[in-house]
Amino acid sequence: MSSENEFKQQVRSLYQKLIAAFGLIAIAVFAFIYVALNPSVLQNKPEETAIITIPEVEGKIENGIHVATGFIDGTGLTEVIQNCTNCHSAKLVTQNRMTKEGWVATIRWMQETQNLWDLGNQEEAIVNYLATNYAPQKKGRREVLTDIEWYPLEK
Amino acid sequence: MKRRSFISKGTLGTFSAILGTDIVFGNTIPLGYKPLALQDPDPFKLFQKDSDMTVLNNKPWNIEAKAHLLDDKITPNKFMFIRNNGLIPENIDVNKWSLTIDGESVQKSKTYSLSELKSKFQQYTYQLTLECGGNGRSEFNPPAKGNQWTIGAVSCANWTGIRLRDVLEDVGIKNDAVYIGYHAADIHLSRNPEKEPISRGVPIAKAQQDETLLAFKMNGEDIPLAHGYPLRLVSGGWPASTSGKWVNRISIRNKEHDGAKMTGTSYRVPCEPVAPGEKVADEDMCIIESMPVKSLITYPKSGAMIKEGQSLNIRGHAWAGELEVSKMEYSIDFGSTWNSCTIEKPVNRLAWQHFSAKISGFPKKGYYEVWARATDSQGTGQPMLLPGWNPKGYLNNACHRIAIKVV
Repeated sequence: MSSENEFKQQVRSLYQKLIAAFGLIAIAVFAFIYVALNPSVLQNKPEETAIITIPEVEGKIENGIHVATGFIDGTGLTEVIQNCTNCHSAKLVTQNRMTKEGWVATIRWMQETQNLWDLGNQEEAIVNYLATNYAPQKKGRREVLTDIEWYPLEK
Repeated sequence: MKRRSFISKGTLGTFSAILGTDIVFGNTIPLGYKPLALQDPDPFKLFQKDSDMTVLNNKPWNIEAKAHLLDDKITPNKFMFIRNNGLIPENIDVNKWSLTIDGESVQKSKTYSLSELKSKFQQYTYQLTLECGGNGRSEFNPPAKGNQWTIGAVSCANWTGIRLRDVLEDVGIKNDAVYIGYHAADIHLSRNPEKEPISRGVPIAKAQQDETLLAFKMNGEDIPLAHGYPLRLVSGGWPASTSGKWVNRISIRNKEHDGAKMTGTSYRVPCEPVAPGEKVADEDMCIIESMPVKSLITYPKSGAMIKEGQSLNIRGHAWAGELEVSKMEYSIDFGSTWNSCTIEKPVNRLAWQHFSAKISGFPKKGYYEVWARATDSQGTGQPMLLPGWNPKGYLNNACHRIAIKVV
């Protein structure tokens, strides 16, 4: 009988160890998933980091347009989104057309009156992007009517 | 309107994921700031606007009408343009709303509750034309920066309220009063509480006109939030930026008001005409007062095809700032010949006037444009080409035109 009890005890002990091992594995997997989803938990004092690094989401450009903002895709797009959509929407940028000089003057005006920060070494990329993709077009003194939707008008 | 939401470090990551990019200085984004991607996606529902309205900007909200949407004689809210310089106030409590009259030129500053204003002073209703100073900006060449309004930043609704003059009389103002400047509850885009998005005003003479109201109602109902609920200064015929929304303080100044968007180049044009693209120094820019003569063909919608021999009825509105429109004409041959339209008298001063005409003389099949031209009581008419270029793209009152095909 005692050898049977001893065997039972060994089985029970093995059973408990297995449960504990599985528990640890489960916690490890859970922790791994949590960290994978919230990478910031491993960073010390994230509020001291100026840039919160998140990988570029793919598939956001359609027909040369960044879908979330409506910006034309091009060199400098990231810098423009980062700096130019905090206070106002992208639409205020995309509906305007200016020369390089005009865009620089607009940035200075925003810095002087609208609390825009110093753009540092990103300014060149931003200005080049804007002057390239949102340059003035010659319109003359009165443009022809465009985008007319024709429809029959019954009397 | 409790739409404020707070950012945690976790949601910053979400914002970044939505934008598909890093948020530089994400740690310094003010509490309560909503990145544009997360703002209310349906302004038409939010502001009860017709879905054919055009959104020019969603932060701040700027929305305009199209010509054919403005066909009503009295503009309903759903077709009224929205022009904001800042963010719409949050959590308005009408029971605590007050209006303070202060400034260098008051005998003693005084504060009124909203109910006091409503009960103490006689109320008036006027139909008043409000047009954004930058309406038509999109046509200027070289282009001017700012919201690229086409033709739809104009409205003419009924406004009900009390005369600002009556309130100023009750407070008592000094003889040296020159200008009034409003202050309001809207929030600067940077969310810096020290900054006002806009604080404009008018000379004391305009402030004391019969039609200059502190309004509580628009078209018989509480003013919609986007248009200044619960109290709006309305000064018809002048740039609509002088009609301050969400007003809670009016300063009586002994000099030209120097609030936000009064100085520099804002709502100013060159004092002397300049060549297109010319640089103009701030001191050579003068404040816009009365808006110029202008008109809109609101029926039919551009693009109408009619059968040969069929006549065409046109109609619309015309307005002339402080003045009246005395003559209204149309042309179907690019201004070679002009024919007169019937023009009604305004229902009151500073209200737009309605015109109509029956065009029966399209000579043959083909493409036509109907042009409309209003002339004010001083004989000044609308130009067919763009008027004088100015750095900020204000006061484009060029003739409106619609495309017609005779088939």
